[in-house]
Amino acid sequence: MADPIISVKHLVKIYRMGDVEVHALRGINLDINRGEFAAIMGASGSGKSTFMNIIGCLDTPTSGEYLLDGVEVAKLDRDELAKLRNKKLGFVFQAFNLLPRTTALENVELPLLYSNNHSSSQRRERAMAALEAVGLAERAGHYSNQLSGGQQQRVAIARSLVNDPVVILADEPTGNLDTRTSVEVIEIFQKLNEKGITVVLVTHEPDIAQFSGRNIVFRDGKVSKIIEVENRKIAAEELPKIPLPMDELES
Amino acid sequence: MNILNVFRVSYRSLGRNKLRSFLTMLGIIIGVAAVIAMLAIGQGASNAVKQQIAGLGTNVVIVFPFASTQGNVRFQAGETSRLTESDAVAIAAQCPAVKYVTPVVRVVTQIIAGTQNWRTSVMGAYPDFEQIRNWPVQSGSYFTQSDERTAAKVCILGQTVADNLFGTGSIPLGATVQIRNLPFRVVGILASKGQSAMGQDNDDIVIAPFSTVQQKLAGTIYANMLFASAISPQAVNTAVDEITQFLRIKHNLRSWQANDFTVRTQTEIASTADATTQTMTLLLASVAAISLIVGGIGIMNIMLVSVTERTREIGIRMAVGARGGDVLTQFLIEALTLSLVGGLIGVILGVLTSRFVSNIQKWPVVIAPQSVGLAFLFAAVIGIFFGWYPARKAANLNPIEALRYE
Repeated sequence: MADPIISVKHLVKIYRMGDVEVHALRGINLDINRGEFAAIMGASGSGKSTFMNIIGCLDTPTSGEYLLDGVEVAKLDRDELAKLRNKKLGFVFQAFNLLPRTTALENVELPLLYSNNHSSSQRRERAMAALEAVGLAERAGHYSNQLSGGQQQRVAIARSLVNDPVVILADEPTGNLDTRTSVEVIEIFQKLNEKGITVVLVTHEPDIAQFSGRNIVFRDGKVSKIIEVENRKIAAEELPKIPLPMDELES
Repeated sequence: MNILNVFRVSYRSLGRNKLRSFLTMLGIIIGVAAVIAMLAIGQGASNAVKQQIAGLGTNVVIVFPFASTQGNVRFQAGETSRLTESDAVAIAAQCPAVKYVTPVVRVVTQIIAGTQNWRTSVMGAYPDFEQIRNWPVQSGSYFTQSDERTAAKVCILGQTVADNLFGTGSIPLGATVQIRNLPFRVVGILASKGQSAMGQDNDDIVIAPFSTVQQKLAGTIYANMLFASAISPQAVNTAVDEITQFLRIKHNLRSWQANDFTVRTQTEIASTADATTQTMTLLLASVAAISLIVGGIGIMNIMLVSVTERTREIGIRMAVGARGGDVLTQFLIEALTLSLVGGLIGVILGVLTSRFVSNIQKWPVVIAPQSVGLAFLFAAVIGIFFGWYPARKAANLNPIEALRYE
């Protein structure tokens, strides 16, 4: 029984750059089910980032419908979108986007600051729990610039899940990471997905897409094909196969 | 987002940029400190002038002989005196609003004591001079009415004269000084009054009975001026009217003739001096206020730079759920905090500066609570005013563009 958490119909986005109209999305019809791990693929300019921005409630479509967890998003105003981002969505970006000169713990606490009803001890507790979930509890007091790329991305993941979102949206989360670290990060996504969180991942790396359950390929502002992944890779199983950087140097 | 969290977010941001926060505050600190110090110094000067003028005696009314015309030649005030001792006596008897009157005659001459000599002004007046000018002796006593009647050769020395003739700090009671070869016995030393509002040394004076100075030193039948005091500060204007009308009658002036005397009050002199110091205070304060505004522009400048520099941070905050209002409040609180903390430090610095000036320059300084409140309030208003635009700019950022900003 399909239970779409994200459901878009006839989604169109047109940007106006002066006199030129750019059709970024030309009518997308797509359902993403609760508990799914979907990878959105496509060349640059295919509209996948625009699609992510719209389903991430950072942008509104020119026309079409978008239901997120039963809420009609297209008609909401700025503040209501902000609330939705805070309560239902978690973002992970390619460039990590942590606050500079701020500790890992404070970065993770950030979404909680913008949702009411948390005492500072509750905030701390939940942020620590989220950091533990990504295996970085012992780095809580470190500043973001004292962490490696993989660690920063894990802090970003912790931040995205601290407010118990229904969907985590990851925009090229492994784009700035090496192979091994990429798989480590994917492993975390897979773990979270097992716990029931829907994960939507944008990537252009077919290898990474193989870790998802379904690949949705974008082309020219449309969904060109949807591939159900057979022989889905499990990150925990793949990790031991990837040589450590030191081994590579020695061999 | 509750307001406590907004404060938390703002303070964390400020704490992350301590040097920049401090430099931004510096403008406000200096502005507020300058306003407070300038107002305090100006107020102190104004009070000092008031005090000195009050020191001349409260309720004082001074009658000067006015320009008289002799054969179409006009003379300046004081040049030809038509005031006499009998005017003074008659005013005392006829004007109910007047409490004391004394004629005054002045002679500038050399005074000799032993091997020392000093040039000063010898003033002849009734013993009532003490009450009129509110000028008691610090030791000894005033001469008496009987000294006045008998034209006794007694005198009271001002502090400066005593210092110069007998050595600093001396109290030469009973000593004899030579004034124009006449021996005068010193019966008292005047309390020190320091400098006058015009910068003259009030203590450079010798006071002797009017009759003595008039007959034995000046050799005139006229008085240089009359000092009178009204029965109360409220009665000063009544006293002026009474004296004017009475003297016109006594001097046989027709209705078409101008007064041959001038009546001045302490309030007139005081208000002139007051206006001067107020102008000065205003000038100082406006210069300081300009520096405060410049400080405010500094805050706006830094906040604008800060919004641009932190565009990405704002994008991140919006992505995790910050509303436009949250971002607006955050930046506004940052600006307000900068200006208020700056204001507070400025107040402290301003008070310290005022104290320092008063200690070093021996300048009387009055820190009015209103001026502190005003400067602080002004700093807060500047914080909101100049913080609003950058905060608005931050709140209206598009989250997608903000996130992409490099």
